[in-house]
Amino acid sequence: MSLLDKIRSPGFWRRVRAMLVKEFIQLRRDRVSFAMIVMIPVMQLVLFGYAINTTPRNLPTAVLLQETSDVGRTILAAIERTGYFRITHRLTSTEEFDRVLASGQVLFAIEIPAGFERALRRGERPALLVAADATDPVASGTALGALNRVAQLALINERMLPDQSEPLFEFRQHARYNPAGVSSLNIVPGLVGTILTMTMLIFTALSVTREVERGTLESLLSMPISPLEIMIGKIIPYIIVGFVQASLIIGFGVLLFGVPILGSLLLLALLSTLFIATNLSIGYSFSTVAENQLQAIQMTFMFFLPNLLLSGFMFPFAGMPAWARWIGEALPLTHYLRIVRSIMLKGASFSDLQYDVFVLFVLMLVAMTIAVTRFRRTLD
Amino acid sequence: MAKASDLAIDVKGLTKSFDGRVVVRDLSMQVKRGSIYGFLGPNGSGKTTTIRLLCGLLTPDSGEGTCLGYDIRTQAGEIKNHVGYMTQRFSLYQDLSVRENLEFVARIYGLDAPVRSARGMIERLGLQGREEQLAAQLSGGWKQRLALGACTLPSPQLLLLDEPTAGVDPKARREFWNEIHALANEGLTVLVSTHYMDEAERCHEIAYIAYGELLTHGTVEQVVDQSRLVTYNVSGEDLHTLLQQLDGKSGIDMVAPFGASLHVSGRDEKKLEAAIKPYRGDRRFVWTRSEPSLEDVFIELMNRSKDNFQ
Repeated sequence: MSLLDKIRSPGFWRRVRAMLVKEFIQLRRDRVSFAMIVMIPVMQLVLFGYAINTTPRNLPTAVLLQETSDVGRTILAAIERTGYFRITHRLTSTEEFDRVLASGQVLFAIEIPAGFERALRRGERPALLVAADATDPVASGTALGALNRVAQLALINERMLPDQSEPLFEFRQHARYNPAGVSSLNIVPGLVGTILTMTMLIFTALSVTREVERGTLESLLSMPISPLEIMIGKIIPYIIVGFVQASLIIGFGVLLFGVPILGSLLLLALLSTLFIATNLSIGYSFSTVAENQLQAIQMTFMFFLPNLLLSGFMFPFAGMPAWARWIGEALPLTHYLRIVRSIMLKGASFSDLQYDVFVLFVLMLVAMTIAVTRFRRTLD
Repeated sequence: MAKASDLAIDVKGLTKSFDGRVVVRDLSMQVKRGSIYGFLGPNGSGKTTTIRLLCGLLTPDSGEGTCLGYDIRTQAGEIKNHVGYMTQRFSLYQDLSVRENLEFVARIYGLDAPVRSARGMIERLGLQGREEQLAAQLSGGWKQRLALGACTLPSPQLLLLDEPTAGVDPKARREFWNEIHALANEGLTVLVSTHYMDEAERCHEIAYIAYGELLTHGTVEQVVDQSRLVTYNVSGEDLHTLLQQLDGKSGIDMVAPFGASLHVSGRDEKKLEAAIKPYRGDRRFVWTRSEPSLEDVFIELMNRSKDNFQ
């Protein structure tokens, strides 16, 4: 029987609803869980909001060369040698220049204008544009600081230009999206994802193991309800809980830290729901694998830790080694961080975020499939 | 032998083992529709496993059969729609109220008016005034009633009750059994496992299972007759010394104190007579030939089957 047939089978939604109503009542009676829904976001927001800082390297950078000159190449080589930048894209138009920054493919884009070398030799102090994605000020700040002196020195040494007290050219720095470099602008949207990951995972990771431990699963299995119906009935109430949490964090973020929401609020709500559902599915799949509640909690934390460290929440994603970035790509938080930061700070639209939405969707389906196949239909 | 359509349960050769340990061995049983079938046996004899095999919660390693005409291997979904299973341990939601538990069950089974049918069941169970109480706060007897109510709410054709009265006081037990008889009168088939002999005597038919094997079955009278056990009831003083002297003697299969008297039983009447002859002249004791009790029969069966397994 196909999935669609199952959903259309008589009574599917009625049984899902029965499960859902039951879960809601149980949640309401469980005061500790209820407190967790409110306390975790507020506590974490206040604690983390002011605390995190680092210095990243090898940040992806795009260059737009409007002229081909030795001077330009020397400057680029020197920039790469600082260790902060890694040139990943060579661009051909200013439209591309804006797009790669908005979609988060690069953190920096450097433009060397036409006639740069000539102007330099004439001593006209031409300008070089460096645009930085400052949504993560930690990632961009240190790197930008290193730029200036290094590039000037490279020209003096290699191209035999006279060492003048005046700088030869000017770096025109353009910090986009977060010009003041306020850390909380980056941390708050990140916290939405981190807090949701933790609470959503725990809620569903316990849901099946709790029924096993309390002995209620035996009754449930002897009733005419399918694993798919049980899963959907258990996930939906927490989507609503997650939604309340997300609203709470974003609301506090706007009020306390003045974080803007530049993009569409509706898009943010929709994609947050997708992210919530993905985490709930993963947590639920843990609960079908774990033998007891303790194991479920342990699995949750084992999954949560890489999410915290490798998603780009703690350390700038682009600054991590390749293997860590590969792991990061498989974690839902990585993609949600891009989504939430892009929508809130860059005003990104759906087309900028297609890839991340796609990955979240795939992760959710994989988790749901594991959960439904692993769910015990019998007590064997 | 009854026609297939008259049977609520008809299984042959069921075997189930866990980690290489056989829990149910080559078990066959037939339960007539509308009857109360008592399922007896010591702890760990395979009663719960058998019940779980019958309602599709476990898959047998071998063997086959039907429950309400549905194949226990392939039609577990249908069986679940028509069978009410009351687990040994209370398995409704402790953090849901009486009403919420019943409404949950009603919705899962797709009853037309879940709220109304739950209310009806609360009245039938006499739980009015407690409907908003959490299941966790109910006493043992009320929990059992609620569990029975939840099982019968979807109007099943067969009830599987796994030690429903364990740990319940005698008054609540009696009421529980009155309810079971009322349900059977309405045409329901009831399979009930129990440890209590007085409960066994309230069943239409009984079966005794030990070490995973069904040792005997039939009406209470049939089971007692089949045992061919001859029992003497001895009363008098210093019965304890007599017990020690008789125990283990050839021809005497079982000696057990029963209140103020002693039950001395043997399968072979002649051997038994011979064995007790030396003591019958003792004027301290009064020997009377009596019917073996169901308990005598079961303990003797258990002793015998234990010998086979050791």
